[in-house]
Amino acid sequence: MTNSTLVRRFPLTAWWTILRISLEERLVYRGDFALGTLMRFLPLVTQVFLWGAIFEAVSGSAGGQDTVAGYTYEEMVAYYLLTQISRAFSSMPGLASTIALQIRNGEIKKYLIQPVDLIGFLLLGRMAHKLVYYVVAAGPFALVFFLCRGFFPGWPEPTVLLAFLASLVMSFLLGFFLEATLGMVGFWFLEVSSLLFVYMLFNFFFSGHMFPIDMLPGFWATLVRAVPLQYLAYFPAAVFLGKIQGAQLAWGLLIEFGWVLVFAVLSRVTFHLGVKRYSAFGG
Amino acid sequence: MTDQRQARQPDDPGRFSPSAAGQGTSPAAARVHPSYLGVFLTFARNSLVRDMTFRANFIIESVSSLSWMAMNLGYYVLIFQFTTSIGRNTGWGKYEFFVFLATTLFINSIVQAFFMPNCEEFSELIRTGGLDFALLKPIDTQFLVSLQKIDWSSLSNLLFAAGLLTYSLAHLPAWPTPVQFVLYPLYLACGVAILYSLMITLAATSVWLGRNQTLYDFWFYITNFSRYPMEIYRGTVGGPLRWFFTFIIPVLIVINVPAQLMAKPLAAQSWPLALFGLLAAAGSLWVSRQIFRRAMISYRSASS
Repeated sequence: MTNSTLVRRFPLTAWWTILRISLEERLVYRGDFALGTLMRFLPLVTQVFLWGAIFEAVSGSAGGQDTVAGYTYEEMVAYYLLTQISRAFSSMPGLASTIALQIRNGEIKKYLIQPVDLIGFLLLGRMAHKLVYYVVAAGPFALVFFLCRGFFPGWPEPTVLLAFLASLVMSFLLGFFLEATLGMVGFWFLEVSSLLFVYMLFNFFFSGHMFPIDMLPGFWATLVRAVPLQYLAYFPAAVFLGKIQGAQLAWGLLIEFGWVLVFAVLSRVTFHLGVKRYSAFGG
Repeated sequence: MTDQRQARQPDDPGRFSPSAAGQGTSPAAARVHPSYLGVFLTFARNSLVRDMTFRANFIIESVSSLSWMAMNLGYYVLIFQFTTSIGRNTGWGKYEFFVFLATTLFINSIVQAFFMPNCEEFSELIRTGGLDFALLKPIDTQFLVSLQKIDWSSLSNLLFAAGLLTYSLAHLPAWPTPVQFVLYPLYLACGVAILYSLMITLAATSVWLGRNQTLYDFWFYITNFSRYPMEIYRGTVGGPLRWFFTFIIPVLIVINVPAQLMAKPLAAQSWPLALFGLLAAAGSLWVSRQIFRRAMISYRSASS
């Protein structure tokens, strides 16, 4: 039985195999993962102190208010902690650059010859990556959140929790398809590293990773709310903290879903068009 | 990025030094005293030639690091929309903090331009065994591996930093005195020395640890603490943290001392700290030198 008939007869078996292989591959580096996860909280420590100083100054000033852009100090710290969770779902380290590299060095050929779909293959690989990451990172995350439990108002309502989970799953998909689309640009420009840098830059500042986007004034707020980046870090965190409720929440989830669809289609289309103009180099 | 690295690879360090140690590789050459300044200038020239070969790349890198700076500045401009100072009665108002930020930029861009590419390369040399070639050169190995490459594009940030510094100083109540202008570069140099020591130490540990990707992340995370005024570290966690990063790993000295010197010259309590800064810089350099020598003794060539 050839590979292609195998895939045609047992499509699920093939995908399950890919997932299993990726899982095993990822588990090799579990020690590095756990250490890396704990370290990723270190920059947060400085942010907590920075905001502590800012809130101290704000509450000591003439007005004497104790919120910044609608956030109390506790909420602000909780926000930063929660964006770590959103980022754990939405960040796709090296995805776009790997795709671009495979286009450049010709490795992408194997997806054109073998009966395996590139985007599906990569998606399963990422899912495996993330699953292993959550298993290994659960410990460090639980520890940090337990130590910082004082910053949280308590568990949100079940519906909010459900919306939070949904927004996280969609942020994973959005992050994946968005980066995959960027990687496909490699079919047109062989070197995409500067494009990726620009994306990384905007992602860092306007996804809400660096600060809650509620802080942005006027024009910038409108702009940032119009682009999908906020769903990669800000949106899930804001949902958990109850900053987005009711109809606004429903709309937010719907728009996030819309962006997932847009980029899922876009990554397919760019891949399809890219393959059409692709010529293979290297052996 | 990869292309650039590969393009740089063939530049064997040996090709840089003929002007300095051109006497050949006879045993006598080991006793030759090369002109370190001459070698450094050759390194600088070669790096510039290389950077200018990939001119478009150079411009893109300059622009991208400038935009990174601009975004960072934007973040703090945003923060100062909501507050008038960082901490109560710390003296870090908007423009004082921008002086701090400019100082961060000065020090970071100097470290990135001169030492970052080299230290990365150094641990790679240890891993691949390429360090053999550096050890054979009739010149101090630490000097050679620390300054071989200069990333000129990182220096574009210096202009940004100078602009920001001038702008912020103009908004402060008093223009700094000549003494401050003399001491500022000195303490910038101290800050660079401390960061360099930390970086070369981490890179040298590759001898014992093999790969050290996590250590580079570690470097980034540790220096992260240096980027804010030390006054913000207070309380039961902040106090010990501040003590640790002042006296054990003195990264808090790096930016705080020159920035305080420029922005808050009247604070009398900063003078002992300034003296300690000199001590910390000298101490860091000494410790890193010892660790480097230790590492070189433990180095066993790898691969074939």
